Amino acid sequence: MATPLSLESVSQRGTAATGTRQTQGLARLLLAPAVGLLFIWMIVPLALTIYFSTLHYNLLDSESQQFVGLDNFRYFLTDPAFIASLQNTLVLVGSVLALTILLGIPLALLLDQPVLGRSIVRLMVIAPFFVMPTVSALVWKNLLMHPVSGLFAWIAKLFGATPIDWFNDAPLFAVILIVSWQWLPFATLILLTALQSLDEEQKEAAEMDGAGALSTFIYITVPHLARPITVVILIETIFLLTVFAEIFVTTGGGPGLQTTNIAFLIYSQALIQYDIGSASAGGLVAVVIANIVAFFLVRIVGRNLEA
Amino acid sequence: MARAVTTNRVVISTAAAWLCGFLIFFPILWMVLASFKTELEAFAIPPSFLFFHWTTENYATVQERSDYLLHALNSIIIAGGSTIIAMLIAIPAAWSMAFSPTKRTKDLLLWMLSTKMMPPVGVLVPIYLIYRDLGLLDTRVGLTFILCLGNLPIVVWMLFTYFKEIPKDILEAARMDGATIGRELIYVLTPMAVPGLASTLLLNLILAWNEAFWTLNLSTLQAAPLTVFIASYSSPEGLFWAKLSAASTLAIAPILVLGWFSQRQLVRGLTFGAVK
Amino acid sequence: MGQIALQGVQKSFGPVHIIKGADLDITDGSFVVFVGPSGCGKTTLLRLIAGLEDVTGGAILIDGRNVVDVPPAKRGLSMVFQSYALYPHMSVRGNIAFGLKMAGLPKAEINRKVEAAAATLNLTPYLERKPRELSGGQRQRVAIGRAIVREPKAFLFDEPLSNLDAALRVQMRLEVTRLQKQLATTAIYVTHDQVEAMTMADKIVVLNAGKIEQYGSPLDLYERPNNLFVAGFIGSPKMNFISGEAARQQGAPTIGVRPEHLKVERAGQGGWPGTVSVAEHLGSDTFLYVDAGQLGMLTARYIGELSLSPGDKVSLSPEPARIHRFDESGNAIHA
Repeated sequence: MATPLSLESVSQRGTAATGTRQTQGLARLLLAPAVGLLFIWMIVPLALTIYFSTLHYNLLDSESQQFVGLDNFRYFLTDPAFIASLQNTLVLVGSVLALTILLGIPLALLLDQPVLGRSIVRLMVIAPFFVMPTVSALVWKNLLMHPVSGLFAWIAKLFGATPIDWFNDAPLFAVILIVSWQWLPFATLILLTALQSLDEEQKEAAEMDGAGALSTFIYITVPHLARPITVVILIETIFLLTVFAEIFVTTGGGPGLQTTNIAFLIYSQALIQYDIGSASAGGLVAVVIANIVAFFLVRIVGRNLEA
Repeated sequence: MARAVTTNRVVISTAAAWLCGFLIFFPILWMVLASFKTELEAFAIPPSFLFFHWTTENYATVQERSDYLLHALNSIIIAGGSTIIAMLIAIPAAWSMAFSPTKRTKDLLLWMLSTKMMPPVGVLVPIYLIYRDLGLLDTRVGLTFILCLGNLPIVVWMLFTYFKEIPKDILEAARMDGATIGRELIYVLTPMAVPGLASTLLLNLILAWNEAFWTLNLSTLQAAPLTVFIASYSSPEGLFWAKLSAASTLAIAPILVLGWFSQRQLVRGLTFGAVK
Repeated sequence: MGQIALQGVQKSFGPVHIIKGADLDITDGSFVVFVGPSGCGKTTLLRLIAGLEDVTGGAILIDGRNVVDVPPAKRGLSMVFQSYALYPHMSVRGNIAFGLKMAGLPKAEINRKVEAAAATLNLTPYLERKPRELSGGQRQRVAIGRAIVREPKAFLFDEPLSNLDAALRVQMRLEVTRLQKQLATTAIYVTHDQVEAMTMADKIVVLNAGKIEQYGSPLDLYERPNNLFVAGFIGSPKMNFISGEAARQQGAPTIGVRPEHLKVERAGQGGWPGTVSVAEHLGSDTFLYVDAGQLGMLTARYIGELSLSPGDKVSLSPEPARIHRFDESGNAIHA
């Protein structure tokens, strides 16, 4: 800031940040409802969750609400169901991320090629994202994955294989497939958008520098995709951590705990077992996990805000 | 760019792209086909792809079996209402942050974003209890309100990124031309912001329509939108695939059309402007 | 009437002082150009006058009335923005009419004024088009039309020609000047281009680091720059500055000689010896960049063609009456 050269940038940022006094007072006023609502929305339930998490509180026996300190956390974190559901959550998130990105990259590259009727193909690829979760889960479960009458079973029999009883033999994998189908369009669309924003002249410069198609891909395209891939990972993670409807309508968390993720575990403790204290403790654990991811996402988006 | 692309390459990439597109779209197509079959044909092995007895009776049954129209109406009211309310709250906020930013604007935006990252399951318990005590469980008002709050950060963000692109010069020109802030909004800002407002509206309509955490947990019957209605098909009760397909087709058709319109804004909206 | 006076105007953004106290009197009908390097505060000063920024201190008088608390639209000024800032969703007619509409004029009168302005600016055939259907020069004219139609006390121009190509810029320069003379309305024009400043202005304000360095007519600044900054900024190519022994012989720590006031002769004719390092032949002029040893690189301008090439030895002598002398702190020593 000390050198005269930086003055212009200061003055311009300053200009953007000031305007006149009149406009500023009004601006605060206009901002207030949104900020106030979101503040309440964030602080009140969270405070209550923290409060409940320290109580022994069951809706079936709502008379006895006693303070139990961190017992609920001890109970929740040492519950074998927590370990299992944490594991399921990680497998679910990790697999869906891997599938959507590993399939999304080639798909985006393909759609970036000269394709006749590209806009129609685009529409077909993006469609699953607009299907409500309960519909996609039930259509997959019944029409495609049914062990007797599902399309997959018929295809397996065509090739002389034994049909897989998806929701008994590989329930978590079945859920993973459904969720991946829903999120593949998102990954593809973002990567495609990023590819299309890649400067054609950069590729031509690489070509003039003697880079072949593969080198261009490795040295120009992949670095260009690094950022959108990060964004895909972070945003998908936020949503995948809380996958719920797909499990709710297909497996109900079972068989056993095989498809119970953290979100579903907390749901079942709260609204099936009515164990408010323990569910609240679990909810806070979920918040902490999400915050770790959010921390990185906010930093990336924030950096973009400066540019 | 200007170079001729070999025909071979176009043929290969076109074929591959169409194949991939078809495979990804297939479950939806299969569902739509099943909705026009009889229950027996929908269940039949080997399956019939096109040469079956086409019928629309499932669509009639869906309404009879359970009140489809009620749930569709619920979806429209809840998704539409929450989106419109969110827009009304977000437009002034985004306007103010885009055109009269302060040092804290960036932090404020990021904070709003972070509220979206709070997992809904983390606050399920208190929200459920508050709703129970206020009598908001299974009400349209309750669902509208919660979906509105849930989507508010995305709405603010999307609008902010659109408003940011309106040159500040133009608003200053309007002020030099003597427009008051109200008239500036009506004559200059709104017409220029219409495309951005429309895409924000559309995307949030889609998100609210498809929301399936709060709707499943906070509604059962009277206020249940289509997400919950479809979920009721998960309890097995004999042959119902064709009806499930018909109900599902009805539930997703309008939003699929809207979604196709808004696909370009989708990227920007869902990445909070990090990818355009 | 359009008399504008600045009295001790200050502006700071937080701890950064952009304008450090500006005093200025602009007489009615004159064309005043604010010129200076990037970041000197010229645009901020213009925006302060417009009312798009609040002053931190001082007063701005328009026709004797202090307007620092008056909103922009009520100051009776109109502005042409660097980006033109046309309303993209309105036709040319809508753009030009907007200010009048906001002022609540009757429709018939608005139409009459808009059409008159369009005729002046040769925009009549384009009145129903949208800005995106116009060329850069046409958009520029619409922006000017929007400014003149309101018959303001003064026009404010914020680097309005910087987005045009060179040929168009020269043409618009003439048009703007002619229009201003025709309307006899005060104009304040911001630019970083000293050629624009010299050609268009009745009076020039040279700004540097938030301070007014000098205020005067173009020739004033050219012939009697107040200090090293103005001397170096006004005139193209730049004035040569010489210090050391050669300057002391002329009775000042630093002297300045404009390239056109350096006589170029064959080597050995007295004066300062040097070697041509680059010679630019424009036909009408010849610019020589001469390596003059300890004096550094000197620029000389010769009217007409002078067939010299790099490596040729020359000798340079300043016209004695055209030597500018500066003291230690860089201020001009006037004889």
